[in-house]
Order: sequence, then C-alpha cells, then structure tokens
Amino acid sequence: MVMAASETKFHVLAVDDTLIDRKLIEKLLKTSSYQVTAVDSGTKALEFLGLHNNDHQDVEVNLIITDYCMPGMTGYDLLRKIKESSSFKDIPVVIMSSDNIPSRINRCLEGGAEEFFLKPVQLSDVNKLRPHLMKRTQTNVNKRKAMDEIVSPDRTRARYNELEVN
Amino acid sequence: MDLAALKTQLKNFVQSMFEEGVLDNQFSQIQALQDSTNPNFVEEVITLFCNDAERIINEINRNLGYQNVDFSNLDSYVHQLKGSSSSIGANRLKLACANLRQASDERNKEGCLQAVQLITCEYCLLRRKFQALLHLERSIVELETNQK
Repeated sequence: MVMAASETKFHVLAVDDTLIDRKLIEKLLKTSSYQVTAVDSGTKALEFLGLHNNDHQDVEVNLIITDYCMPGMTGYDLLRKIKESSSFKDIPVVIMSSDNIPSRINRCLEGGAEEFFLKPVQLSDVNKLRPHLMKRTQTNVNKRKAMDEIVSPDRTRARYNELEVN
Repeated sequence: MDLAALKTQLKNFVQSMFEEGVLDNQFSQIQALQDSTNPNFVEEVITLFCNDAERIINEINRNLGYQNVDFSNLDSYVHQLKGSSSSIGANRLKLACANLRQASDERNKEGCLQAVQLITCEYCLLRRKFQALLHLERSIVELETNQK
C-alpha cells in the first residue's frame, strides 16, 4: 500500500510563550514557504502532536522550533520529551533563546537539538532549516514503507508499545 | 503632500530613529517582512509590542510598590521586556532593561526605581515616534489606495 503523497510544503510547529516572538517566527517561516502551526507552550505542542492522547492523531510535523525560556515546560524539557518518544524522536528540533549562554547551547545540542538560534531570529537563520528537513524526508519515507510491510495481528498492542517511554 | 514625498519622509524618519539608537537593524528586518500578503505587518507588530510593553511596565511598577519586593518575579518581567524590545529592534529600551536587570540582581530597590524611570522615559519616547511612523504609513496607504 502506498502512503498518500507528501504535501509540497513542510509543516513546522513553532513554540513560544511571547506573542510578538510567535508572530515574528510565524511570519519568517511563512515567508520561507513553510506551513506553520504556532502554540504558546510546550504542553500545547505535545497536545498538538498527540503525545497526550492514546488515540494517536496522524499529525505530520516536519520540524519543531521552540523558545528555550518558557514558564512550566522549558524548550529543553520539550526537546527531551520529543527525543524520548519513539513516535516523534526523529522530528528535528531547533531551540531559540535570547540569552547567549554556552553551557545552555551545549546542553541543548547534546540533548538532541539540531540548531540553536539566538534571538531575534532572522531570515538567514530560518534558511538553515531546510537541510535538516530534506535529510529527514527520505528516512521517513523508508520507515513508513517498512512499517507497511510488517503484518501485525494485534495492531492495538503495537500502538501502545510505540507510546511507551524507554 | 504627494506619495513620493511621503515615502521619503517616512524613510528619513526611520533613518533618524536608527541614528539616535532608538531603533536598530532588527526593525529593518521587520519592515522587510511586510509585503502585499501582509500589508499591515509593521503596524500589527508595533501594536502588539506596545500593548505588551505597557502591561509589563505596569507590573514592574506594581511589584516595586510593595514593601518587600519579589525580585525573582521582577527578573521575569525584565526578561520579558528585554526580549520583546530586542525582537522589535527597540535598542535604547533594551539597554534600559539591562540597567533594571542589574539593579534587580543586586536586590537594590532604589536602583530598580531609578532604572524603571529610565525605562518609562525610553518607552514613552519610542511610543511617540512609533505613533508618528504609523501615521505616515497610514497616509501612504491611503494615498496609494486613492490612486488606484
């Protein structure tokens, strides 16, 4: 069975608790021809991805860009939750911060972030996203083909296994 | 005044704001993002910023009104204001925030009060200039629409 043809636009999930920054990142991404969903917290980001529901929404997100300093769940916390999820660990995550703190930057990169942008984010930063997205596309296509070939009698059990955090 | 003259006036006005250090290059980035699909982008961003800045400055003043100031709360507000200022390119306001950050770090209430005065000054100056800028922008849009 062939999967539905992929959309021509990549879908980016942007996470930032500041209204003006959310507006700016959304505009920057749209100007670069990305489809954008912008949310104001890590919790809402996870809800959008479907991590809070057992009922697995088939939301296609190609990249997550998140602010570091947010109340409640920080960008780093969100990064770790994504990377610890078997369903979403392959989604590239980029972190933004207004503070230039080397230890923070290292921690994020070591935690699995692809890039760390200093705010205010510019168009030249957004241009750096495309290679991370292009790299993933082929991997995802291969993975989905492999999954289609696996015949699993108990599909429900397989789903719950996917949601377990290791 | 004709369209070309208005556009020149706007350009010169923004340039003067750069020269005074009121705005920095980040504001140019925001102007560059405005296009036909989003012709009010600059105005929308300015409006969002001003509403946010006023809210935060009020909160900061409220915090400083207490006998025992909650400095970590204050830190959070300064961080927000500094971030927003940086995002819109409000250079002098951003620098004024650094003063407040320092005084707050030192748990120096008197220093904070002085720093807030400076912030308020810089914000009022900026808002006045933004209002003049938007007035020019709207006049331009009106003329352009009438000419069609």
